[in-house]
Amino acid sequence: MARPFLLPDLGEGLTEAEIVGVLVHEGDVIQEDAPLLEVETDKARVEIPSPMSGRVEKIHVRPGQTVKVGATLISFADAGDRAAAPAPTAPVTVARSTPPETRAAGPVAATPATRRLARELGVDLRLVKGTGPGGRVTDSDVKGSVDSSRATAPAAEPAPPAVAVPLATAGIELPALPRFEQWGPVERQPLSHLRRTIAQRMTLSASVIPHVTHFDRADITELDVIIRKNLDPARERGVTLTLTSFLLKAAALALKAYPGFNASLDPAAGELILKRYYHLGIAVATERGLIVPVMREVDRKPLVEVARELGALAQRVRDGKASLDDLRGGTFTITNLGALGGTGALPIINYPEVAILGVARGREEAVVREGQITARLMLPLTLTFDHRIADGADGARFAAEIVRLLEHPDQLLMEL
Amino acid sequence: MVMGDLVREVDVAVIGGGPGGYSAAFRCAELGLDTVIVDERKRLGGACLFEGCIPSKALLHVAAVMHEVERARDFGLDYGEPRVSLDALRTWKAERVVGKLARGLGATAKGKGVEVIGGRAVFEESRGLRVEGPEPQKIRFKHAIIATGSVPATLPGLPALGGRVMDSGTALEIADVPQRLLVIGGGYVGLELGTVYAALGSRVTLVEMTDGLLPGVDRDLVQPLARRLRTLFAEVHLSTKVATLRESSDHVDVEFAGVQSFERVLVAVGRRPQSSGLGLETTRVRTDERGYVVVDDHCRTSDPHIYAIGDVTGEPLLAHRAMRQGKVAAEVIAGRPAAFDNVVVPAVVFTDPEIAWCGLTEGQAAEAGPPVKVAKFQWAASGRAATLGRSDGLTKLMIDPDSGRVLGAGAVGPGAGELIAEAALAVETAALAEDLAATIHAHPTLSEGWMESAETLLR
Repeated sequence: MARPFLLPDLGEGLTEAEIVGVLVHEGDVIQEDAPLLEVETDKARVEIPSPMSGRVEKIHVRPGQTVKVGATLISFADAGDRAAAPAPTAPVTVARSTPPETRAAGPVAATPATRRLARELGVDLRLVKGTGPGGRVTDSDVKGSVDSSRATAPAAEPAPPAVAVPLATAGIELPALPRFEQWGPVERQPLSHLRRTIAQRMTLSASVIPHVTHFDRADITELDVIIRKNLDPARERGVTLTLTSFLLKAAALALKAYPGFNASLDPAAGELILKRYYHLGIAVATERGLIVPVMREVDRKPLVEVARELGALAQRVRDGKASLDDLRGGTFTITNLGALGGTGALPIINYPEVAILGVARGREEAVVREGQITARLMLPLTLTFDHRIADGADGARFAAEIVRLLEHPDQLLMEL
Repeated sequence: MVMGDLVREVDVAVIGGGPGGYSAAFRCAELGLDTVIVDERKRLGGACLFEGCIPSKALLHVAAVMHEVERARDFGLDYGEPRVSLDALRTWKAERVVGKLARGLGATAKGKGVEVIGGRAVFEESRGLRVEGPEPQKIRFKHAIIATGSVPATLPGLPALGGRVMDSGTALEIADVPQRLLVIGGGYVGLELGTVYAALGSRVTLVEMTDGLLPGVDRDLVQPLARRLRTLFAEVHLSTKVATLRESSDHVDVEFAGVQSFERVLVAVGRRPQSSGLGLETTRVRTDERGYVVVDDHCRTSDPHIYAIGDVTGEPLLAHRAMRQGKVAAEVIAGRPAAFDNVVVPAVVFTDPEIAWCGLTEGQAAEAGPPVKVAKFQWAASGRAATLGRSDGLTKLMIDPDSGRVLGAGAVGPGAGELIAEAALAVETAALAEDLAATIHAHPTLSEGWMESAETLLR
């Protein structure tokens, strides 16, 4: 008997993943936790480790294929088989959830032109019943399988990478684009999986959520002194102190005071879901596009720990090594564009969260304090939130709490 | 700023100018990508054109002509003994064959706007490489295609090549025609080059480690060639290993079943991938334990910016596989839905008689399945073979017994290398035996063999 390994539940609206790489071969004997597959989900590229030790009996997926949660990825020979020599034997019987039976002999019976058509339409030829002579899969079989899969199970079609797939349009029919070629040369580039995901999520958020933005500024002169003073001691412990760690901490404490911003709206039920955990997302720019890793339980971690985890998390994301757990479960998001300059930005809420904090670059400004003009380091903040859930006054109070914590780093550190 | 600091930005950098590399680069250029080729010797054609397929086939054609002339005595024609001018032969091969094709490739590259940069490419990261050598520079690319090919393998424990011990590349230069030549390796390279030297007058001894020539090829296809080589070669030693090899100024002493002396020795024991020294450790590209770059069927390596094609990615090490992969890689980079999902990579041994096969072999089917029906046609019954005086050929098909689908094919005989094209099309397009049987084949031709083989199943 073979033991199937299914695509695990990826959580949080992630229902499918694209297989980017298969890291093992049939016949390989592997240890538990060895990387099996590289997949790209809506959120990131991750390696899926093996849940068991054993011999890979059959690989059911190929790079480029998009698979649903619960689909069989790999069959392992079970413990009894493992001792047997991995030499090729009679065709192996595989577990129930493998692709439907195909012709026993040889590769899929289809001409190269039909195979290309199947790739264009994202059809897995092994799943198509051929009606041609000798069971050959014809062009019309391929087209027919697309129609039937759309009719019965929408979005069941696997999509190979780098093929342009139309974006969902959030219910609005878009007018046709003009023919730009008439004014000059153009180049068409298919959207990557990640880009498409970002586009769809942003469209969803911007179309569904009535966004409102509150502006504020925090005087972080004192905080900046503390950061600078402690940079070296922190570095000696392998920790890079950054403003973002303090922002995370301040936001977590402010969320505890204003739990309405640590929530999600359930419009169908007419309920607000308040989350009693404080997992904060941090927008990270990568070569592939925007990724939002999540740090868990920021409220319970001392600041040094937040800073340490933040460094490791950002590194994993940039290296493409983030795990799924690194990327899901967020309750609130911070996007810090300070490193890139600018004086402020209006971020879009990371659906289905309620609010997002945008941070621009801190600058020394001439500020009047007790009748005197004095130079202070001012940090521009924008809090964008869901107006269905909170009103302008709520947003102002919540933002003011964040500002208060940033301006009183002693209180922030003591979590007062 | 010093020389070499200039960073050139391109869409695609192709490493290696062999058949895979230039096919990839030309296709990239056709698809509108800014493409350069980095080649150590700043030339297009690679081992295939300069020290492999093309020069060896030129020399094999010479051998075939000599063989035909010799056999013509049976038909009542006598041209006397051939006189070979090695200088003229080398010039013809270098200028009229290799040189002409090389100039053609250079012109094509120019026409498509593909620049060939001379030097050795070393990756520095997933998006950049440096070129060492005559034209030092840094290149930043969106995508790279590794097409560095393979080099002849050496025998472990034997002295480095040089002087009298040749590899396939040096053997093709035909520095001289040794009186006694030892060929180590009974694969296609050893048999082809042994044939060339035997035709030119060398006394050829062949040593093969396994118990048969052309390991992996169906025995009934090898048999007519083996019979021919028994007369062409002086000695053929199967299941024999070379123990020692001692080179002196005018001969090489070789020990296998006693010590024998040869003027020259050809080592033809396979090829190994050229994947070291490329700086792959600075990228996410992975190689397997034999040094082959691991790719998927889109020719993607485990580094999202880097692709690999051809010999460096694994067997079979054949130029036409590399060329197809090159086009696939280019199209995948350009965002087209291409895949290297080819069912067959035909293989041809250009000896006399030629042997060619594609798809499933009878041996593979017997060993690992699936069950097949084998349909054979002996050329003794072929009109065309009789007119050529070559009735020892054979055509065979491996057929799925349920569907009648053609899963594999093989042929031995003159022209088998051309004949296999039809069978490759049949297997690749999943044709049925009936399709071959019902297609009219011109009479009298050797291609009728496919039709005849298929018909044996339909009776």
